[in-house]
Amino acid sequence: MRRKMKRRIGSQIMASILVNSIYAMINYPVVLVNTLLAPLAILAVVTFASRGALLPVAAVGALIMNMVSSGTSLQQDLSHLKNDMRLQDMIVSSPTSSLVYIIGMAISEIVYSIPTIAFLIVLNAIFVKITLLGGFILFLDMATIFTFSISLGFFLSTFTSDIIQSWGFSGILSPLLTTIPPVYYPITYIPYPYRYLAYLSPTTYASEIAQSQTGFYNPGTSGFAIAWIVLLGITAALTYLALKRSRWREI
Amino acid sequence: MRLRTLELSKTYEKKYKALENLSLDLNMNGIFSVIGRNGAGKTTFVRILSTELLPTSGKGFINEVDVVEDAETVRQDIAVVPQEARPLPWLTPLQTVSSYLMWRGYSYRESNEKGKEALRELGLEGKEGQKSRKLSGGQKRKLMVATVIASEAPVIFLDEPTTGLDYLSRKELWQLLSRMKKDRLIILTTHYLEEAETLGDQIMILDKGKLVDIGGIDDLRSKVKLPYVLKVHSENFRIEEDDVQVHNVSDKETFVYGSASKIYGLIPYLVTNKMKFTVEEASLSSIFEQYLGTDEDEEENEEKNW
Repeated sequence: MRRKMKRRIGSQIMASILVNSIYAMINYPVVLVNTLLAPLAILAVVTFASRGALLPVAAVGALIMNMVSSGTSLQQDLSHLKNDMRLQDMIVSSPTSSLVYIIGMAISEIVYSIPTIAFLIVLNAIFVKITLLGGFILFLDMATIFTFSISLGFFLSTFTSDIIQSWGFSGILSPLLTTIPPVYYPITYIPYPYRYLAYLSPTTYASEIAQSQTGFYNPGTSGFAIAWIVLLGITAALTYLALKRSRWREI
Repeated sequence: MRLRTLELSKTYEKKYKALENLSLDLNMNGIFSVIGRNGAGKTTFVRILSTELLPTSGKGFINEVDVVEDAETVRQDIAVVPQEARPLPWLTPLQTVSSYLMWRGYSYRESNEKGKEALRELGLEGKEGQKSRKLSGGQKRKLMVATVIASEAPVIFLDEPTTGLDYLSRKELWQLLSRMKKDRLIILTTHYLEEAETLGDQIMILDKGKLVDIGGIDDLRSKVKLPYVLKVHSENFRIEEDDVQVHNVSDKETFVYGSASKIYGLIPYLVTNKMKFTVEEASLSSIFEQYLGTDEDEEENEEKNW
């Protein structure tokens, strides 16, 4: 009756998606409103304050915020599962590896955001003019910033010892990565020397890439290349930290 | 199943020695109870062997596979319910069991089938679809145990699974564990000595990270000075004897711990004075106290050390 289990990575990833998003959405549909509200609230404020002029920029910015929010949510979710429910200890001792766990949990955050993403894609399709190549670059940009935020979220979650500490991290990350940097508005709106400060945030580079494809900002060829190099570099460094330096098995 | 450690040690923050040179070699199926005071090293022992925590030095093996060097292989054969683990409140019991099984590699369909089976076996049928937060404390602990039992892992770690449960809920879990232990090694840490005695085929006593002794209840009893207890139910019973330990439970009840010869030597006096009494073998709690002293002894020693 007893048999050695083959590692079925598909099942392991699906378990994370079911637990962290699908079951939560089925059992508590109110969480869908929560995920929809955050990016749309800022989108509405920026649109109304600019009398509609910044709606296309903010619509792309809301997509970026959604990707970053996935990371901060992941950090909170994992911290809760690890510290309050002791679930991570059970997973560490199971055949699921840290990489498979993080992939499953990352996808679960995207699944959670499907209604928001769908709404924003429709909004962008209506208000943002973009070429096919531009759309592809925008997709790569979103995928990169998503990988960055997920790696950051996972890395931090493995160091948190309780949910209060986790809330502290989220409270710092959200404004620093999405509200203050030029995600919902063009970077040209920031006067010098404050503009240099904006470049401390990886989301500024993601926004530059996105806004260059939608025609709101022209960083030039070198600026475009630098934005990609910095964004990919930071994402690669954080992914490395998440995979190699996070505390999966405690020391 | 074989569980082996070699000079296993764990020191936290270069100061606190949670486990010190622990060596043991177990080859058994059944329940292995681990007991000790708070901070004795029980949880550290479990966390190292279940591949959650790295030791500072020494080796640990499950079925001769190194828990540090080859954790991935070990993880195929083990399942753990950590101390304070709780079912996720937004999941139903069936979702709880089946998702854990999927993390272990079972397909969605297999996980659901096995989950239903495990819940039925535990008497949680009818509650598959209700949210776990609505379960009683006892049902939640049972659900956690069901989750790992359903995995069919041959080595199971349960870190204080019955803490906080009422006596009847604990007994229900004991029955479950007794049924499930046949083809498995279940490593059970507990503060309830009655639980360790009832369930434990082998019992390990830890103190301040060190192995005090290990063996079946009869082995441990045979090594203490006072292996028998005379329970006298009388207000008039008074005793002045050497080499016995007297514990006045109440005005009407006195327990006398001693060797067989000492205890049986007292019986003629009790019979002559028509006092009610029973003679029993010392329980694990008495054996534990004889090994480690009582908390009062501990406080006294600490004061002396100051």
